[in-house]
This record gives sequence, structure tokens and C-alpha cells, in this order.
Amino acid sequence: MAEFRLPANSRVQPGREHKAPAGATRVRKFRIYRYDPATGGNPRLDSYEVDMDRCGPMVLDVLIKIKNEVDPTLTFRRSCREGICGSCAMNIDGTNTLACIKATADVRGDVRIHPLPHMPVVKDLVPDLTHFYAQYASIKPWLQTKSPPPPDRERLQSKADREKIDMPSNCILCACCSTACPSYWWNPERYLGPAVLLAAYRWVADSRDEATGERLDELEDPFRLYRCHTIMNCTYTCPKGLNPAWAIGEIKKKIAERKL
Amino acid sequence: MAQANRPLSPHLGIYRWQVSNTLSILHRMSGLFLTIGALVLTAWLVAAASGPAAYGMLAGLLKSPPGALLLFGWSLAFFYHLCNGIRHLAWDAGHGFTIPGSRATGWTAVIAAGVLTLLFWIVALTGNGG
Repeated sequence: MAEFRLPANSRVQPGREHKAPAGATRVRKFRIYRYDPATGGNPRLDSYEVDMDRCGPMVLDVLIKIKNEVDPTLTFRRSCREGICGSCAMNIDGTNTLACIKATADVRGDVRIHPLPHMPVVKDLVPDLTHFYAQYASIKPWLQTKSPPPPDRERLQSKADREKIDMPSNCILCACCSTACPSYWWNPERYLGPAVLLAAYRWVADSRDEATGERLDELEDPFRLYRCHTIMNCTYTCPKGLNPAWAIGEIKKKIAERKL
Repeated sequence: MAQANRPLSPHLGIYRWQVSNTLSILHRMSGLFLTIGALVLTAWLVAAASGPAAYGMLAGLLKSPPGALLLFGWSLAFFYHLCNGIRHLAWDAGHGFTIPGSRATGWTAVIAAGVLTLLFWIVALTGNGG
């Protein structure tokens, strides 16, 4: 049975207020989830006033500015700052996205920043993705073949066949979609979630892969695949504009079609 | 995986309600509500088979203001579940997965459910059964 309430140790308490420095000209308030495993206690929501005239346009710019100038203990993942590495995935203004490509100007009012939803929190905005990665590994995300490879070349693919895997190949595994999915919230142990199912589809749809049947066998399960109820939060939230909901629908269709 | 002392990050309480998740939970809730309605429908049939006294009592309950409100709720739930069920049918056939597409069909389902409920009650109350 799904647990809708947060466990007692996870309920968010009101936090500290950090006022804007004197002389700030364009102040915005950022309310940020904080949890420190070293001090223990419940997570809290701290607020930081930032002068946007002295800050870059993206939410990641704000986080880096706060870390540099206000509180060096603020902890978050970031790397590429251009939406390709997927490190800075978090919940901003109620939906999951990448902090580096989310403009503060696109948010009305105070900007609320939480870690990716329904995940164990390591510290502040850093969720534990161990289980998510293990699920990814479980779908065997590599090319499986039975026929011997051509002696003189790679396994080739037509442009049309490559186009079939263009969209799912663009996934950066940021986990925005999976952690936006209520089905994944209630069954994270057994439901694979949209990101991993999108990856599964990428190999099912690959013209060079020769394990399609086995892959579909593995997916055909009331929990692994069919916990998807087409809520579509995944597609709505994907920062790369991909469509996991559609890909999951295609997997369901392939499983249904092979029974005809 | 999860260490026991690690907090769970907020989910339902902080996630934005959009067309996607709102209509999905409404589909669930209307389905659940209709299950209860099916029991009432059965009770109504049993009462009708049992004779005028039993039927009169149940009909009286259903025509009272709270009963009428429930009946209206069941009709709305029925038409919403029906319309949104057609969206699910389209999804199962591989259609309607774009964001603008799913928003459009979602709003269509909501508006159609309202209109159908209204038409249903106009017919029910102005027909000779009322």
C-alpha cells in the first residue's frame, strides 16, 4: 500500500531566513530544502534573498552564488551547466528539471527548490540514485546479438532505423521523469519507472539488437512495466523534451501485438 | 539501497498539479466512487424486486437532498470516467502522447463530462420518468 505521508524523520520544518545584502536592487526569494546528515534532525526549508542584478539568470547560478557568498555548506550536484550531464536535476517550482537550464524568470513568486521527489536524501539537494542506476543496469542497456558480427565492418543500420532510436538515445538519465511519476513513488522497488523503460525501449527498437523477445519477456510484468497508468508526468517534466510515456506505450503495444 | 536514517524527499505535497496528474487521480477517484455507485445500483434493483415498500424507502432516500447530490456525483463520475477512458483507449493504441495533444484531450474530456452530465439531468428531469 502506498504511503502518502512523509515518514516522521522526513517532514520539513521551517528554516532560517537569509536577508538580501544592503543595497540589493532586484531581490528574489529562494526557498531551499536543507538536510545535513552530520547534525541529524529533520530537513528544513531555508530562505535566501538574492539580488538578481548581481546573479546569472539560471537557478544553478543562484545556487552557486548562495554557496559562494552565503552558505558554503549548501550541497548540490552540478557539472556541465548546459543541460547535457543531468547532474543538477531537482524539483524547482513544483516540477522536476535541470537547474542549469531553468531560468529564474520563468518562475512566478518565491522559487521553491527541493531534491528529486520521493528519494532518499544524502544531503540537501543530493538524492541517492543507487537504486535508480541498479534498475537501469537490470534492463541490460547494451547491444545483444546472436549472429556473428560482419568480419569487415560494424553492424550497420539504415538512417530510417537510426531515427527510431534518436529520441530515446537523447536521454541523459537525470531521473527527472522517474521521480515525477506517482506510480514510481508508490512502487519504487518493483516498478522500473519512465527513465529505465525509455532506455528499455531504446534497445527494443534498435534494428541491430537480437534480444527483442527476451527483453519484452523481462518487461512483461504487472509491476516492472504495467504500473505505468499513463499519468504522463514524465513527458511533461522531461528537461530534454523526450517522451517516455509514448515509449512505454510502444512497449505495451509490442507486447500486445506479439500475442496476436 | 536506502539507509534507514536518510529522510525521504517530499513528493505529493510539493509536486505541481498539472493536467497530467490531476486528471489521472480524478480518473482513479471517479472509478472508486463508481464502484460504490454500482453497489447502490444493485441495492436499487434488489429493492425494486422486493416490492413497493422496499422500493419506496430507497427511492425516498435517493430523492432526499443528500441522495440527489450523490446521484449527481455518480452521473458526473460516470461521464468523466467514460470520457477519460476513451483517452486511455487512444493511448493504448499509441495516440495522444504529445504534451499539447494530451492537454487538449484532457480538457476535452473534462468539458465533455460536464456537458453530458448536464444533458443527462435535463433529459432525466424533463422526461416523463421524473
